[in-house]
Amino acid sequence: MAASTSAPADLSAALVLAPVAPADWLVILPVAWCLAIGALLVMLRRKIDWHPYVAVAGLAGLVVIDALLLRHVIATGPVTMVMGRWLPPFGIAFTVDLTGALFALTASVVALAGGIYSLADINDSGRRYGFYPFLMLLMAGVSGAFLTGDVFNLYVWFEVLLISSFGLIVLGSEREQIDGAVKYGFLNLVATTLFLITTGYLYASFGTLNMADIARKAEGLSGTAPLMTLTALFVLAFGMKAAAFPVNFWLPASYHTPRVVVSALFAGLLTKVGIYALIRITVMLLPVEREELSLVIAAAGALTMLVGAFGALAQSDFRRMLGYLVVSGIGSILAGVAVGGPGGIGGAIFYALHSMLVMTALYFASGIAARLGGSFSLSSLAGLYRRHVGFAALTLMLCFAVSGLPPFSGFWPKVMLVKAALDIGAWWLAAALLVTGFLTTVVTGRFFLLAYWRDPVDGGGEAQSVSIAPATLLPLTVLTLLALAIGLYPEPVLSTIQNAAAGLAEPSAYLNSVFPGGTP
Amino acid sequence: MEAWFALLVGIFFTVAIYLLLSKYIIRVLLGVAILGNAVNLLIFTGGRLTRGVPPVIPGGQDALASPAANALPQALILTAIVISFSFFAFLLVLAWRAYEELQTDNTDEMRVAEPKDEPAPPLGY
Repeated sequence: MAASTSAPADLSAALVLAPVAPADWLVILPVAWCLAIGALLVMLRRKIDWHPYVAVAGLAGLVVIDALLLRHVIATGPVTMVMGRWLPPFGIAFTVDLTGALFALTASVVALAGGIYSLADINDSGRRYGFYPFLMLLMAGVSGAFLTGDVFNLYVWFEVLLISSFGLIVLGSEREQIDGAVKYGFLNLVATTLFLITTGYLYASFGTLNMADIARKAEGLSGTAPLMTLTALFVLAFGMKAAAFPVNFWLPASYHTPRVVVSALFAGLLTKVGIYALIRITVMLLPVEREELSLVIAAAGALTMLVGAFGALAQSDFRRMLGYLVVSGIGSILAGVAVGGPGGIGGAIFYALHSMLVMTALYFASGIAARLGGSFSLSSLAGLYRRHVGFAALTLMLCFAVSGLPPFSGFWPKVMLVKAALDIGAWWLAAALLVTGFLTTVVTGRFFLLAYWRDPVDGGGEAQSVSIAPATLLPLTVLTLLALAIGLYPEPVLSTIQNAAAGLAEPSAYLNSVFPGGTP
Repeated sequence: MEAWFALLVGIFFTVAIYLLLSKYIIRVLLGVAILGNAVNLLIFTGGRLTRGVPPVIPGGQDALASPAANALPQALILTAIVISFSFFAFLLVLAWRAYEELQTDNTDEMRVAEPKDEPAPPLGY
């Protein structure tokens, strides 16, 4: 059979023949590393005492890998690696640009903090149920979603992180958790199925799933393909994953039910993956259609912000209040996506990164507060300031950060977003952002007043300062100090994010990285 | 042929969405199963429907002589089938556990995580 071919096949037309440069392996390493550690933990299932240490070491390794990856991307621009050496667009490409690397690094920092916190929060039964393997596989899914350059592959990573999150949310199998998991599970599955439907249409219209290939073909197809329908479906699917109004109700129904560390990781990672995918697809692949839909996205963003803030105002449970604050933050990011331009997209990315750090830290704070005060309810939580002054100070800093007050990390993205909204004349969007900031300040101020400054109801004044497990205090302190550091010295972060936003708006570097020789 | 399949996919989606809107978990589960199959059919149809045309390039030629079905959507479906099956299995067990624990399959009555009579936050000290 092969002998009948007259000329030997020209492999260079279909395969990447040059060996991958050593530094470029960093592109796939976060995913491979997490999968390997996860598999190792599954193999060690009888040695649950080892699990926390292996997992924390693995997550620390992930932070190092992601930091090296970010450094590599800053130095050389977007980096591409293809699976099976097939030339894009035929093979699955992993392409990392600044946006993906920034998100991946922040996610790994959040996961490491969660891993350390879990030392004190996950007991032997949780370890036996496989908390740590699920955590590593969740990180494989999250890293894969941030680093991939292929739309169907993005869907697969969504499913990887979703099934891991199912394992984490039902860990413990309490009645409340099962109730929350039912709502979380069904609605998230519908959202990812919606994403799959859209991916099917996308392939039918473009004949390719490679993001760079889609980005360069989108303009030529705008007349013939139903790109508006595609974009609207993408916005709905990712909006549902990110908990945007009016498809946000699964989040406050479920995020307060699992273990504190699981809530913290979900708040930091999962909704942000949805936001990242929304930014990637609408801003980079379908910019013209995003512009057309911007009013819809802006309205959804403004309503999400306000629904989140008012919802938080009405809650008496600390963790449910935080769930609504997560939703409110998503609204601010959507506002940035709607406004567009370097200010809007940069503000959205900055806000997402800030929200990952601060919301995770706030959930940690809720766990510590419940340990000190014995409850999550604002009616009975009291006198925490007297119990532990340092913890009270950290919480106050986080309250400032989440409300967008200086000098913390929430301030600068809010400034960028409000300015970008005013620049295009969307005064109502800027007003919604500012009103939300005000309402969030009221929410967190009231919470601090009740839980920290109020004297305990049962006259527990004699319960003086109590010690907190260092494994819970350390990640809280580190994340809070990061928020403070970003707030005090935002310049390096800000300039990197502006470059990232510019790379999304004008993806020629991304395209060059996938197709080095221009059009094939 | 494609038109008939498009119609079929439409019917699948209608049934799935109707079932998903139900209050009862068991119907929602059926809706999820049908929704998964609707998507699979949708992608399948998107990859052209041709019968008895093997995608084999004859000797001495560089391209297919006649349009054959695209193999990539079939690979996508294979992935999607595996994923949707495993998710369906998980949700089935979850629904059963929810029925055991909460004694109901009516989502309106599943208020353990969000109790109806939760007090409002305190208005003052």
